[in-house]
Amino acid sequence: MSGARQVDVLRLGLGALFIIAFAITALVVMPYATLKDVPPPSGLKAYTEQQLRGRQIYIANGCIYCHSQQPRDPSIAPDQARGWGRPSVPADYVIDKPHLLGTMRTGPDLFNIAVRQPSEAWHLGHLYQPRAYLEGSIMPAYPFLFEERTGPAQPGETVVSLPPAYAKPGVRIVPTPEAIDLVAYLLALDRSYPVLPAEARR
Amino acid sequence: MSYAAGLLLATFLLSFAGLLLFLWSMSRGFFGSSEAAGRVIFEAKEIGLVEDPAAPDVRNTGEFQAVMNRTGSTGEFSLLSPEEAERRLELDESSRLPVLLCIASAAIWLVIASVFGLVASIKLHVPDWLVSEAWLTFGRIRPAHLNAVGYGWCSFAGLGVCLWLLPRLLRTPLEGARTAAVGAVLWFVGVTGGVGAILTGHSAGLEWLEFPWQFDVPLFLGGTLMGVSLLRTLAKRQVDHLYVSVWYIAAGLVWLPILLVVANIPGLHFGVQQAAMNWWYGHNVLGLWFTPLGLAAIYYFIPKTLGKPIHSYNLSLIGFWTLAFFYSQVGGHHLIGGPVPGWLITLSIVQSVMMIIPVVAVGINQHRTAWGHLGALRYSPTLRFVVLGGMMYTLASVQGSLESLRSVNTVTHFTHFTVAHAHLGLYGFFSMVMFGAIYFVLPRVLNWEWPYARLIRWHFWLVIGGFTVYFIGLSIGGWLQGLAMLDANRPFMDSVNITKPYLLVRSFGGAAMTLGHLVFAVHVAMMLLRRGREREGAALLRRPTPTPRGATAVAGARA
Repeated sequence: MSGARQVDVLRLGLGALFIIAFAITALVVMPYATLKDVPPPSGLKAYTEQQLRGRQIYIANGCIYCHSQQPRDPSIAPDQARGWGRPSVPADYVIDKPHLLGTMRTGPDLFNIAVRQPSEAWHLGHLYQPRAYLEGSIMPAYPFLFEERTGPAQPGETVVSLPPAYAKPGVRIVPTPEAIDLVAYLLALDRSYPVLPAEARR
Repeated sequence: MSYAAGLLLATFLLSFAGLLLFLWSMSRGFFGSSEAAGRVIFEAKEIGLVEDPAAPDVRNTGEFQAVMNRTGSTGEFSLLSPEEAERRLELDESSRLPVLLCIASAAIWLVIASVFGLVASIKLHVPDWLVSEAWLTFGRIRPAHLNAVGYGWCSFAGLGVCLWLLPRLLRTPLEGARTAAVGAVLWFVGVTGGVGAILTGHSAGLEWLEFPWQFDVPLFLGGTLMGVSLLRTLAKRQVDHLYVSVWYIAAGLVWLPILLVVANIPGLHFGVQQAAMNWWYGHNVLGLWFTPLGLAAIYYFIPKTLGKPIHSYNLSLIGFWTLAFFYSQVGGHHLIGGPVPGWLITLSIVQSVMMIIPVVAVGINQHRTAWGHLGALRYSPTLRFVVLGGMMYTLASVQGSLESLRSVNTVTHFTHFTVAHAHLGLYGFFSMVMFGAIYFVLPRVLNWEWPYARLIRWHFWLVIGGFTVYFIGLSIGGWLQGLAMLDANRPFMDSVNITKPYLLVRSFGGAAMTLGHLVFAVHVAMMLLRRGREREGAALLRRPTPTPRGATAVAGARA
């Protein structure tokens, strides 16, 4: 009705919009402007088709809820001393869509898991039953990424070799294509190439 | 080091100067109206009159009123006149359809989300439990829990309560109740589809943004439709002053669609920039969506239940503007230590610490309003939940500010401590307030009393007890986990092993909370089905009330 009555609404609307615009500028636009031209490091290899499929399996099964992908500076935490790799820099992530930095370390950081654990066989067995490899692990087992087969082995079949205590006699554990792809992605997680100090600096 | 310190100082000084400028403009009245606005939620002679439709019986309400008469010196008050009562009834009825849809949906999602949460919790100490099906794996159940809580329970509860509040706050029947109801249905579709997508392995992969964009579209549309209903009601409002709750609700409904759109721009976000955006969104959905809705409810229900205006109306507006400004920039503190530009982290830490200002403003206001009347908590279920929720808002916020400090963050980052903190905010604060609000709202909307006062007590003690166990257990476990991870001489497995007993404790706490939610949901269902006996004597709500007598006169007010 009266003009004065509209002033509150106007204040509220404009104020709310200004504030959100400010926050978008600071936390979305500015990082975009600063980071969009960061060149990929020469040592960073683009993901292959298979690795990208594996990355989708990583996302679909929520690995991110227990594993980060961001080793921190030694001045902050002993990530490097644990063998998780040098502190990561923005350039390391330019090929990552969506990003998988993570916020939780119920399990260890995986940004350089391929360096510490380059064996496909280990990864397959560990995914099938983590406790067969690491006592006390609380990582879920992923039997749905594997098939149990009996009878004669088929040609070209990958068979998971489990520690004897966990193997079932007469049953072969065969990874599904999803498991193979996921491990291919894990084996691509190697950011041990050097970055220039200029790149490392924020 | 000197560069970082300089940046820190500059950001701080800038924020501080902004704050002073802001306070000056407040004092000149640039940002909102006077103390009179604090009385908008009362009728002419209503101040001093207690109101809690969830109170078990007339005697109880009489005692509640007696406590307030002793502790509050509010002067003359009387029951609502028949016209005033009739008018209020009309307002409450105007929003019935969307409010019922929202609250029923909230109860459904609360139960679903609790079950997901409990399953995820147990899986952390029984890792070989329920592993044969992909949809039951921890990495799917956990985000399903988070999204069912956030977009299901919390959003529906907040929307339902706020849609019900608007007509009362604006003294105008809700415009476009059907539009809002369609909005609620769309929202339900979005949440169902989104949670289904997560369980079937179609998560978009970003925390708080797991829903594929296809299911964010119905959320966006639903939120917008409810916003339209709000704007139309605002345009027709019958009050001169906007009560502070309206500020929060309106701003929240403006912010949420913007958050959803920016976060979902296809093909734009990448790598570290996307991580920054992710936490800009993740923290703003808390700070600019849930927090405003929760505070809007606190600012209404504490004064209304006690029959006493908010301690300082101006302080509540300071709280509003500083919350909006500082909270909207804190997201970067989730990436402390990460490969993110240093200025972004610094900005977020400074603003996280500045958050103490709105928190103190809200805290002083709530506690000054409720202080001296804590005896009333015995008589009013609504007040019990809402006041407790308000206290946990203060706790959660102060804890949040502390956690953003680098020294603390180094320990708590990446641990279960953060999970406990998140629950202090979204559960201890928001959910508690919503429980209290729903206990107040539903009797008014349905014109029916809660069938069993005992169930409200069970609900209260189960969730309070369960949550205490949950929070304390997980906070200790998380802190120890963080210390173990920081010690390079201890193997990583130490940080896993040390948390195990606390994870078990958390499951017990979570189980009690889940049980409490089942009690609550069953009670809501009984309300909707109009179960329970007609309670002649307790008729807080029956109309008409021909001749109120004695103590019942007060309780008989169906305001």
